[in-house]
Order: sequence, then C-alpha cells, then structure tokens
Amino acid sequence: MNKGFYAQLRAFSNAKFWRDLHIDFFLVVSLALVAGGGLIILYSASGQDVAMVERQFVRLSIGFAACLFLAQVPPKFLRRLSPLLYLGVFSLLVMVLFFGVGAKGAQRWLEIPGIGRFQPSELMKVVMPMAVAWYFSNRHLPPKFKHISIVLIMVAVPVFVIARQPDLGTSLLVGVSGIFALFLAGLGWRYILGAALSAPIAGFFLWQVMHAYQKQRVLTFLNPESDPLGSGWNIIQSKTAIGSGGLEGKGFLSGTQAQLEFLPESHTDFIIAVLAEEFGMFGCLILLTGYLLIIARGLYIAAFAEDNYARLLAGSLTLTFFVYIFVNIGMVSGILPVVGVPLPLVSYGGTSIITIMSTFGILMSIHTHKRARK
Amino acid sequence: MDAGQKYFRNYKLEQSLTQRRIVFAAIFVMVLITVLIGRLFYLQVVEFERYQTKADQNRLKLVTEPPSRGLIYDRNGLVLADNRPIHSLTIVPERVKDMDAFREELAGVIEITDEEWDDFNQRRKAYRRPYQSITLKSHLTDKAWAKLSVDLYKWEGVQVEAQLTRYYPYGEAFAHAIGYVGRINSKDLEKLDKQRYQGSLFLGKSGIERFYEEELHGFPGFSKVEVSARGRIMSEVERQNPVPGKAIQLHLDARLQQYAYDLLGDYTGSVIAMDPKTGGVLAFVSKPGFDANMFVRGISVKEYGALRDSPKLPLFNRALRGGYPPASTIKPFMALAGLENKLSSWTERYYASGAYQINPDGRRYRDWKKGGHGWINLERSIIESVDTYYYQLAHKMGISPIHSFLSRFGYGEKNILDLYGENAGLLPSNQWKKSKYGEPWYPGDSVNVGIGQGFMVATPLQIATATTALANRGEWLAPRMAKTVSGDVIEWPEDKLVSKRITLRREADWQRMVNSMKKVITDDQGTARRLQGTSYDIAGKTGTGQVFSLQDDEEYEADKLAKKLHDHALFIGFAPSKEPDIAIFAIFENGGSSSKPADLSKKLFDAYILGKYPRKYNYLKVGSNE
Repeated sequence: MNKGFYAQLRAFSNAKFWRDLHIDFFLVVSLALVAGGGLIILYSASGQDVAMVERQFVRLSIGFAACLFLAQVPPKFLRRLSPLLYLGVFSLLVMVLFFGVGAKGAQRWLEIPGIGRFQPSELMKVVMPMAVAWYFSNRHLPPKFKHISIVLIMVAVPVFVIARQPDLGTSLLVGVSGIFALFLAGLGWRYILGAALSAPIAGFFLWQVMHAYQKQRVLTFLNPESDPLGSGWNIIQSKTAIGSGGLEGKGFLSGTQAQLEFLPESHTDFIIAVLAEEFGMFGCLILLTGYLLIIARGLYIAAFAEDNYARLLAGSLTLTFFVYIFVNIGMVSGILPVVGVPLPLVSYGGTSIITIMSTFGILMSIHTHKRARK
Repeated sequence: MDAGQKYFRNYKLEQSLTQRRIVFAAIFVMVLITVLIGRLFYLQVVEFERYQTKADQNRLKLVTEPPSRGLIYDRNGLVLADNRPIHSLTIVPERVKDMDAFREELAGVIEITDEEWDDFNQRRKAYRRPYQSITLKSHLTDKAWAKLSVDLYKWEGVQVEAQLTRYYPYGEAFAHAIGYVGRINSKDLEKLDKQRYQGSLFLGKSGIERFYEEELHGFPGFSKVEVSARGRIMSEVERQNPVPGKAIQLHLDARLQQYAYDLLGDYTGSVIAMDPKTGGVLAFVSKPGFDANMFVRGISVKEYGALRDSPKLPLFNRALRGGYPPASTIKPFMALAGLENKLSSWTERYYASGAYQINPDGRRYRDWKKGGHGWINLERSIIESVDTYYYQLAHKMGISPIHSFLSRFGYGEKNILDLYGENAGLLPSNQWKKSKYGEPWYPGDSVNVGIGQGFMVATPLQIATATTALANRGEWLAPRMAKTVSGDVIEWPEDKLVSKRITLRREADWQRMVNSMKKVITDDQGTARRLQGTSYDIAGKTGTGQVFSLQDDEEYEADKLAKKLHDHALFIGFAPSKEPDIAIFAIFENGGSSSKPADLSKKLFDAYILGKYPRKYNYLKVGSNE
C-alpha cells in the first residue's frame, strides 16, 4: 500500500508534463512548504498582522511567477547572456554609488522614474555565479592560476562596490556565490589551504596597525554581548527567545519574547527566534529539514546537470542559498556576528524573495532543459 | 559541443571533478547544519532553564504600589493633611521618533526650561533599561496638565503620570502643628524598613507626620505583572493590595488655630489652647509659620536659606521649643507652693512697698508698681500681681520646695505625649546651678524665680499644661495632639505619664486660687479687668517677661535693641471658670503689654465657647460650602 503510494507519487513527480512545463515538482513542493510555514510564523511574528501576511503572500506569488518564468529560459541562452548581464548589473552598481537613494545611512537603491526603486546588488547575487560559470564554461578545468586571478578580480570588484554602500550582508553573499562557483570549478586544494592559512596571518597584521577605536568596533562586531544595551540587546533577546523555547516551544502565538516585543526585528532578520520560541527545537528541525530538501535537490540538479556552466551555476546558487540560512541562523543564535541577512522564504521583505525564487527558476530551467537521455 | 571548445578537452574528467566538488559541498553543508543543530541543542536543551528564567525576568515585573498615606483631620473632620495627585510629564525616548521636533512642538504647549531638558538628556544617556520612561517635568500645574492632555495623543511615548503626594491645604498657621513630610534621603534609607518603603518617596519629617509615621504610612502592595519590552503592562499575574495608612484625628480645632494665628498680628509668639477635659491640644500656634508644601515639593536651597536666616525664625517651633520666662503667670503656682509649705496663708496680711530687699542695704528688687500696693493679702497679690509678695515668699521658701512643687505641674519636664523634640525648659535647682556654673544657689536667685524670672525658663506648652491642671483643680493631664487613630481612641503606652492627681494639703485651695484668678478680671484693680463683660466667667493671670537684664560690662545700644528689649507679654486663662472648656496660654514676643495676649484669649474664649468666629473662618468649618 505504502509502496504503491510512493511509486505513484514518484511516477507523478516524474511525469512528462512537468518536464514540458519546465517545472521541477520536487523543488516546487519543498519551496511551497517552506514558504507556507514561513507565512504561519510571520503571522505570529508580526503580532497577528494579517495585512503584513497578505503582502508577503503577494511577494511570494510574484517570486513563484518569476521562478516559473525563468524556468522557461533555456540555460544555453542564459549562458550567452551572462557576460552582458554581469557588465550591465555592475554598471548599475556604480550608478548606485553616484545616484543611489537609501535609508538608514545606506545607499542601496536606484530610483527609476515611474517604476519605483530597486536594488541592483540583489541582482548581483544571481548574476555573479552566472558570470563565473560562463567564464569557466569554455576553459579547461581545473582552472589555472591566471584564470583564478581573473575570476577573483571579477568577484572582488562588485563585492567592494557593494560593501561601500554599505551593505555587508549582500556583499558577503555576492562574494560567496562567486567563490563557490570557483570552488566547484575545481580550485586547487593548495589554493584553498593557502587562503585558509593566510587569512589569520593577514588578520593578525591588520590588527597590529589598527587604531584602538577600530579594534573596539571589531570587537563589538565579533562579540555584541559586550554592549548589552546597544548592539548586544538584539542578540541577548534572540538567544533568550530561542533558549526559552526549549524542545517543544511555548506554543503558537504564545512566545513571550516575540509577542511582548522584547525581540527586535522579529518579523525580518530575527524571525527564526520566533519559530524557535513558539515551536521549540522540533519546529526548528522541521524547518531545517525543509531547507535541506531544497538544498539536496539543488545539489542533485547541479551534479547531474548537462555541462560545466550548468553545474557550476546550479551548484553555487544552491550553496549561496544555504549560506543565507547558515549566516542568518548563526547570527540569530549568537555564533556569528550580526550582519543583515534575512532567512530565505521566511523573513518578511521584498527583494530577496524575488531573487531567491529566481535562482530556483534557473535551477528548474537547468534540470528541465536537458536533452533526453539515451 | 560548443564551437569554441578545444578538441582535447576531457569532458568526462571535468564532469567528475565538478561532481566531486559538489559532493564536497554537500558534506560541507551537512557539517555546518550539524553545527547549527548543535547550537540550537545547546540553547534549547542544555541552557533551557537559564533562558526560561531570563525570559520570565524579562516579562514578569514586580511592581510595588506604595500605600496612600493616612489623612490627618482636625477635631471636626476637616482634612488638614491631604493626598493629591501630582502630575509629571514622562517620556520613553525610544518611542519618540524625532526628539528635536518633539521638543519644538512641546515648547508651543508648555514651558520646559533648558535645565529640565539637560537633566532629561543626562538621564537618557545614563545606563538604563530601554523603553523605561524618564521624567521630563514633575509637578505640572493643573493648567499645564490640561493643555498637555489635549495634545498628548499626537506623541508616541509621551505620558502624564500621576502620583499621590502630600498636600497641606491651609498654609503656614498649621505647619508647626502638623509638621510635614519630606523626600526620603539616603540617611533615612539606612534606618527604614526597605520592604515597607519600597516605592514610597516621602517620610514624615516633623510634627504629627513624624510621630505617627508608623500609623500614617501603611503597607505597600505588590502586583506581579506581565510587561512588554516597551514597559506597557499587559496583564496582572498576581496581586496584593496596599494597606493604606491610618487616618489620624487631632484634637486641634482648625478654626481656633487659624484665628489664634491671625490674632497674633505682626508679632512673633505662640498660643496654646487645651481642652481641660481631655488634655487635647485645641490650638498649637507658633508664629510665624511656613508653607509646609515647600518641603513636599522639594525646597530649594534659596528658599530654605531664606526661611532659616529670617530674623523671625519661622522654622523654629516656639510652642514646643521656645524657652521663655513664665513671668507673673507663675504667681498662682508660687502662691500654692507657699500654702503647701505653710509659708503663706489666705488671711495673713503683707505690706507691699515699692521694692523688696533681702538685706537692708542690699539690692532692691523692684515691684512693677512704683510705690507699691500697700497692705494686701494673698488673693490681692494675684489680682494685682504684686511682685514684692512673691519676692519675699520665694526668699522664705528657697529653691528646693519651689522646684519640687512646680515640677508636679510639668515645669522642667517634657510633657506632650505625641510630639518629638519638646524642650524641657528649665526649672532651676541647687544641684543644677552647681553643675552648670560651679556656684551655690544664692537667696537672690530664689527671689527672681519668685516672679518667674531669673533662671527659670518654660515653654508655651508647659505653661499651658500647668494652667490646665489649675483649671482642673489638680487633675493634671499630659497634653496630646491626636485623639483617634483610624477611629479608635488612642491607648497610650503605660510608660508614659498620661494623667495624675496633684493633691494639696487643703484641696479647697484649688477653688480659692481659681476664685482669685477670676478676680484678676472682675476686680477693679485686676490686671486683666479689660476682659470684663463676658457671659461666662474667665479665670486668668497676666504676665510681662523681661527679655534682657543688662550686664555690668554691657553697653546700652538703645537704637539697636530698643524693639527687642520690649517685654514679652503673656497671659494664662481658662473659661468658663467653674467647669472649664478651654485653657489658654498666649505670648506676644516683645509685646510690651499683657493686654495683647489677654484680648487675644478673650476672643478665643468667645469663639470656642460661644461659637463667635469671624465669618471669614467659615472655610475651616466642615460642611460649609466654601
């Protein structure tokens, strides 16, 4: 009976019409489950603000639409477009530096008269791995030193520009997405080892030449709890929320930290703390399982993609998605410094949902445009 | 596949390389996921209890509700010490979006000084829990409060908070009688029960407020509330109501008090009125007084300095602590002492010349009346206040019998049951002079004491107490301010002298002395004959007290000292003389003539006995609409 059902499901998910529609059934269902769960958490985190949940639902729908649209675009076409997209988005980033508008002291948006604002750095998260994958698509792998250097410059320049906005979270994710493509391309282990060793040494020398106030800033960045009423407040409250949730949680809408507003940013970057408080460790494990399914599917698609370009692109997009999750949960639970990275599909907020859903559109495109196996 | 690719590329190898890398990445993901799960496990399982406690500490707050202080009433139920809400403007800075804009908008509504803003900003920057309110301005006037209420809804995080604070509605005439509360300072905190004073800002600092602090204060309540991070109370988890302080009703008659205060006019001085039936203090006046509300508000250094340095000493409680020569008001007691010691009698005649001398060529102790009073007896010595009679009597007695007799009336003792800081005055004795001056008691010292001068010092309260005992024909009652505590008649502790019987060798002497004092008014030669014409009988005795006796080496600075050198004017009396309802002592400092306190006393008798108060005191009458 069970086996029969499983076989049926499998047959259904592999059905040809999904392929014709360029939809990966498995991925769409896992994404929908995580996003749906996210809406439930958001309802609690927003203080039962139905309008906010509705807005998020609209965004998710737009995201899914973007996803399904991109899935129709053949990877071959994407590859040809990659260098052009990279240059285009990069020039937009430069324009942000000069004409950008912003809030809270950061200058991240471009105002397009009549249309509205958008954030070019978000686009870079997708375009960066495309560009790196394109660069390696017609070169020998593993890459030689010369090509590694070129790719590093390709990555470093936009990262630097985004960091200047300043937007540490996005520049980190952009950098990571490029580096992942480089890693998947077969970056030699000696380079990896060398970088891993030289980082602390460089850090040590940098520390020596820094001013006292700069050192202080780095220290508070690394250990926010040393400033309990300033930047440490968020972390202390989110740790308290997570810890007090225990195994089973306090129950839906019953988290005191979240509902009584002790937890700042509870509906955006710190939303995982609401889940952890109200649904406990079990709730967190369920969400992590959902994410793992998505990541596993992404890596599977990458591993069995048709060519190097598709493999590198699918792989690095999936890994970047994971970095989102890791950095966000790590930051909220106090093992990573606080950088503004939302929890994908769950945190309330516009642009990142569209970008993330777009990456899954690309993944689906890669998976469904393969030529039939022999 | 693509045109640009070189023919010797090994696609199989490159595919397996990238696939291997993807497997590495998968392992990398699994490791980091494990780290996250480990972290969650640490927080949610290992450290669960710690964070649970922390979350509860966040959310649950024990709020102390200070008790409301017991009210103080006069004998007719008029509230003399009230509790009023004081309104303060408080701000939660985190909730104010634009502080500068708010400051500007607020300036259009009420005036906030730069100092108040500086103070506020300083406290804002100090170490504090986020979302806790800070007071910007306390003691808002009703007008400012009303104005603010209109605009309050516009500003988030801005509130007007109310707290009950002591208020004394009737001004300076009552300050010395009731006392006042003041802010609890760090010194007070060392002595106080911290649990009981949690959340309380005030403490009785003087007078009734201080003596009955224990009763007036009450007990704080507690409520365990769930609060949001913004400090808003969401719900109450547990609650224990505060127990309000007990109400105290005084013997004091507010109208009599105010009337007496006003009758002193521009003079400094004191008036005590007592109820001879109970020992209750009906009026307790020390003039000038002060506005006790200043101490509640928090008196400024400047205000305090002005009070402290005023030559009229408004902060000095004359009724309780003022030391004066009782002067001729001592004579009825001195006469009784002579009778008790068989050194005088009602019938014995005495020739009162203009002066008394111990030795024929010694110092002349002058009578107030030049040429003297001629042949007199004891009764006439009271009526005409014959000094020489008492010079000789005191000389004959010596200080010891005087001391032991007068102390039975409370002279030289602390008498009042329920006020701190009473001055015991000075009833001199042999031993006292020896230890103080290292000199023996001279007969001349006794002569001065005979007319209530010399070393003898008494407080208004003492003289009034002694007068009450006289009015009661020997029934001595300790003076007392409070009548009931929360409606129950006060039971005084046994170690306090509450009442006693002063017995005389011949009890009839009490009545004869009262009769003599009646004649002070009714006799044509009586020193208080101006009080004639009342529908009830008054018994009284006048007195004028020397302020100064010049020392040999002292230069007389007439201009400077003239006013201060005027004699103190005193009067004791009670009425109706048969069964007195009221006994009075009044002193006008440097009043010159005893007609002033005598007239004052008569007006108070009329008021208290006949209800003849000027209309303007109706506001102090319970049930009046004013």
